[in-house]
Amino acid sequence: MSWLDKIVPSAVRAVRPGVSKVPEGLWKKCTKCDAVLYRPELDKNLDVCPKCDHHMRITARRRLDIFLDPQGREELATDVLPVDRLKFKDVKRYKDRLTSAQKETGEKDALIAMKGTLKGIPVVAVAFEFAFHGGSMGYVVGEKFTRAAQVALKENRPLVCFAATGGARMQEALISLMQMAKTSAVIERMKLQGVPYISVMTDPVYGGVSASLALLGDINAAEPGARAGFAGPAIIEQTIRQKLPKGFQRSEFLLDHGAIDMIIHRRDMVDRVAALLAKFTRRAAV
Amino acid sequence: MNLNYLSFEQSIAELEGKIEELQLVGSDNRLNISDEISRLRDKSTKLTESIYANLTPWQIVQVARHPHRPHAVDYIERIFDDWDELHGDRHFGDDKAIVAGVARLDGKPVMVIGEEKGRSVQDKVARNFGMPKPEGYRKALRLMNMAERFKLPVLTLIDTPGAYPGIDSEERGISEAIAQNLAVMSRLRTPIICTVIGEGSSGGALAIGVGDQLNMLQYSTYFVISPEGCANIIWKTVDKAPLAAEAMGVTSKVLEGLGIVDETIPEPLGGAHRNLDAMANKLKERLIAQLERLQAKNLDSLLEQRYARLMSYGN
Repeated sequence: MSWLDKIVPSAVRAVRPGVSKVPEGLWKKCTKCDAVLYRPELDKNLDVCPKCDHHMRITARRRLDIFLDPQGREELATDVLPVDRLKFKDVKRYKDRLTSAQKETGEKDALIAMKGTLKGIPVVAVAFEFAFHGGSMGYVVGEKFTRAAQVALKENRPLVCFAATGGARMQEALISLMQMAKTSAVIERMKLQGVPYISVMTDPVYGGVSASLALLGDINAAEPGARAGFAGPAIIEQTIRQKLPKGFQRSEFLLDHGAIDMIIHRRDMVDRVAALLAKFTRRAAV
Repeated sequence: MNLNYLSFEQSIAELEGKIEELQLVGSDNRLNISDEISRLRDKSTKLTESIYANLTPWQIVQVARHPHRPHAVDYIERIFDDWDELHGDRHFGDDKAIVAGVARLDGKPVMVIGEEKGRSVQDKVARNFGMPKPEGYRKALRLMNMAERFKLPVLTLIDTPGAYPGIDSEERGISEAIAQNLAVMSRLRTPIICTVIGEGSSGGALAIGVGDQLNMLQYSTYFVISPEGCANIIWKTVDKAPLAAEAMGVTSKVLEGLGIVDETIPEPLGGAHRNLDAMANKLKERLIAQLERLQAKNLDSLLEQRYARLMSYGN
């Protein structure tokens, strides 16, 4: 029995001998342990490697699809579109970078916001699309997050955010920086009004997003092994000229240092967030 | 090369050197030296004017980081009276990269919070080159909350290469410390005036930069990532920092155009360091006027305006 036979389901194994062609996209390598995984199984496992439990990156749409109840979803702020206010140009024009990111991901920018229910609890949920410009926060991300929070405030719905981002988008320069202030201000309004906000950090969360909306949750949570911090490891190593400790800035490190309340496994996400929100909104257990 | 002058100012340095030499020769000469000196002075002024009229964004970044650039402590000393420095975040320590305290501006009590890079080598090390750690931002937060209690306006002076990127900084939650300041400043019930006096680098600057009025000194700079950092990511070399500075629009002129900066405060010819007293006077005058305007407003509407403005960023 080869190593591959051990990990693939028997139904698939049965057709392997003599079959030279594997259908495109039927297999995926775990980005951490390199195990070759059967795509439909991996989908069922929410893109968590069954071998090493590594939480692989998923799209923003899939994230919200897994999270929200199937019925009664409504996407928010779809009219917010990126604008190249600075006419930013480096080796490429920012405008062209936007167009190609839109083509690659099928999204207009790096944040998706939806209204819906979570095990029957009305919520607003937002998710970062890391594949779009590294999930970076420029005007669109800041504005969509803010509008989602305003809906949450107005309708007294808890807000849940799944962040996955490299930080502020440098092509929008100070406009990006100011989105940190904007999103933090609207979250503060939620605090004053007692509308719950749960921030879930997924791999990775850095820079300007980490130093604003991602760490301002009533509950800060993270998926296992997610990296989150203000400065990236390379910058820190350059500055202090020493190697970083193992597990530095991983969610387990964040939990140890009191930055987050809990680590939530992807398969438990719906149940645990719903249980928290049910208590915060004084509902019966869901 | 004269180190008191930046690379693009070396022609000014040469003229100033000549003037100095002539002054040393003295007046016992047959030539009319004083005429020559005043001619050279005129020439030097004109040259400075022409160089400073056309500074590139990257040159402005260099002026903002000039080794003689006035720091927060220089302005505090000259602008405020009755200064009581206050220390510590009450949790961990006292971060000297942030200098804060209560003082009087033209007789009125105020809370002052500034980022301080330090001047001598020893001072620079003690102040971590102006890179605050979580305890610095938490000291600032503690004092802002205090200012609200005692109805003192908050005046901040921004000048930092960034929040400190280090292990201890991350362990103690630098992200949370910055984020918390942004949140609280958005609703602090007292007027807040923020002024970028040198280098406003990213979240480390914004963490004391949310308020009712944002000023920039004429040759200060404000960016989301340093031009070197940006160049390193895009071009994989810091040599392209001038291009990055250009692309990001790091000057008050661009940022005023974007509606992010409210007022550019003019600097003396050749930059604030050429005439610190004049600069401090000018800044003092503007702070007094701005504070008077803000304090005349009803506090509720001031806060509504602050919030509305935050919500409008990028629109």
